[in-house]
Amino acid sequence: MNPALTAAGAREWLQRFATAVDEHAAELTDLDRPIGDSDHGVNLQRGTRAVLAALEAADPPTPGAALTKAGSTLVSTVGGASGPLFGTLLRRTGKALGDSGSVDGAALATGLRAGLDAVVALGGAQVGDATLVDALAPAVEALEAGGSAAEAAEAAERGAASTDDLVARKGRASYLGDRGTGHRDPGAVSIALLFAALAGSGAGEGS
Amino acid sequence: MHVPTKLLDDPADAVTDALRGLAAVHPELTVDLEHHVVSRNHDHHGDHRPGKVGLVSGGGSGHEPLHAGFVGLGMLDAAACGAVFTSPVPDQVLAATTAASSGGGVVHVVKNYTGDVLNFQMAADLADDEDIAVETVLVDDDVAVTDSLYTAGRRGTGGTLFVEKVLGAAAEQGTALAELAALGRDVVARSRSFGVALSPCITPGSDRPGFDLEPGEMELGIGIHGEPGRRRVPVPATGVAREVARTSVAAIAEDMPLDGEDLLLLVNGMGGTPLLELQVLAGDVVAELTGRGARIARALVGNHVTSLEMAGSMVSVCRATPQLLQLWDAPVRTPALRWGA
Repeated sequence: MNPALTAAGAREWLQRFATAVDEHAAELTDLDRPIGDSDHGVNLQRGTRAVLAALEAADPPTPGAALTKAGSTLVSTVGGASGPLFGTLLRRTGKALGDSGSVDGAALATGLRAGLDAVVALGGAQVGDATLVDALAPAVEALEAGGSAAEAAEAAERGAASTDDLVARKGRASYLGDRGTGHRDPGAVSIALLFAALAGSGAGEGS
Repeated sequence: MHVPTKLLDDPADAVTDALRGLAAVHPELTVDLEHHVVSRNHDHHGDHRPGKVGLVSGGGSGHEPLHAGFVGLGMLDAAACGAVFTSPVPDQVLAATTAASSGGGVVHVVKNYTGDVLNFQMAADLADDEDIAVETVLVDDDVAVTDSLYTAGRRGTGGTLFVEKVLGAAAEQGTALAELAALGRDVVARSRSFGVALSPCITPGSDRPGFDLEPGEMELGIGIHGEPGRRRVPVPATGVAREVARTSVAAIAEDMPLDGEDLLLLVNGMGGTPLLELQVLAGDVVAELTGRGARIARALVGNHVTSLEMAGSMVSVCRATPQLLQLWDAPVRTPALRWGA
């Protein structure tokens, strides 16, 4: 069953994502410790909390507007590489959704594809570089193939797990060379949380 | 493990409180506590010159005095201070860019980290919307990282100080935007650094260091964010400074010929190593460099580009020219670096 998304659904998705980031902040930071600089969890948490406040204040009327607002808020509050990358993903997805009040699964997949393309253009990472793209790309592909949000979440989870054995080619983990293998990329894990939040939001129960 | 006490009021407010302190003792600087931007107070200096190219840098906090400590006459016009070890967001960099703009355009000095590059790039796009021309000088002087398709490229480290000092002086002398950026890229091309950690650092609010070093180990090829380095080796029983000097200079020399060169030399402490030890290291580094046929034209020893309380060092060199030496010697008046002014 395809996900369908309303403004309220987008709000619930982002709310669930923020809750998941809160619950996993310490774990995300621990994942960042051996390969980065131990701050992914706390930085993303600063951003998702700001997103909830911004959505409360702006009360966006459409799912596209909600995601766009969430993305620009992440860009303005997270910093590091995660801010521009996660922010661009949501902002460009939101803009691609346009101004309709409810989008079906196909439209959401198209929107997320635009977000993925923007992330790749900005960060330059491809699948296999041990970055968040390894979780994001398979999740988007699952939705494009008509899969449910739960199936997209599973694809993201598998993609995040695949970074365990990869040598990072982008971002701070790349400085480690082979010393970086054996570690899961925290950005990819956060993407898996994002899609798990989508599945949990009930978006999969729609159309 | 035992976490040493930090001299803070609230770890969550470490950067804000530090900037408030900077403002309290440096009335010649303007400190924007909302954006965490430090800029020159031209009214105070009375040296505001329309058309002067603005010089802006920034990055994560935790590297003090870099960058805010280098704001002032002859160096930066503004610095954007991110969270500890986290690049500032585009809004902060834009605020710094606007503060530094006098109509002649602005040069961004950006240390080559993915986060810094992305946020400064977004800020440059925003500045363009406000008709401020921005040129970017990317600093990637760290020889510990192989620059290849398989990494994010070399990191920006100690060489950043050379770039900020030289470009600051050139901007004061009226160098135009494109020429200033080209000069900056030339300084980067002439600069190399290599760092060694003797102990890790702990970010405020965290309960553990970014990496663990067992007693008797040192970490070679470190960056400036408490992240692990390239290699871990045993600390020699004697001659530790000599070994660090030998390793650091060898890594640099392997990458850039030093024979017959006049060098700007920075023997930099990472924050937790006493000046006494840095002076020992400086003697050993000079011996290594002159042993390879280089001459020390100017040298600076101290904690300038740091990584919180990390113990260890970074050796940075820049192959100088008469023009670069003249710009290095030009007056500078900032919280952390001042001479001739």
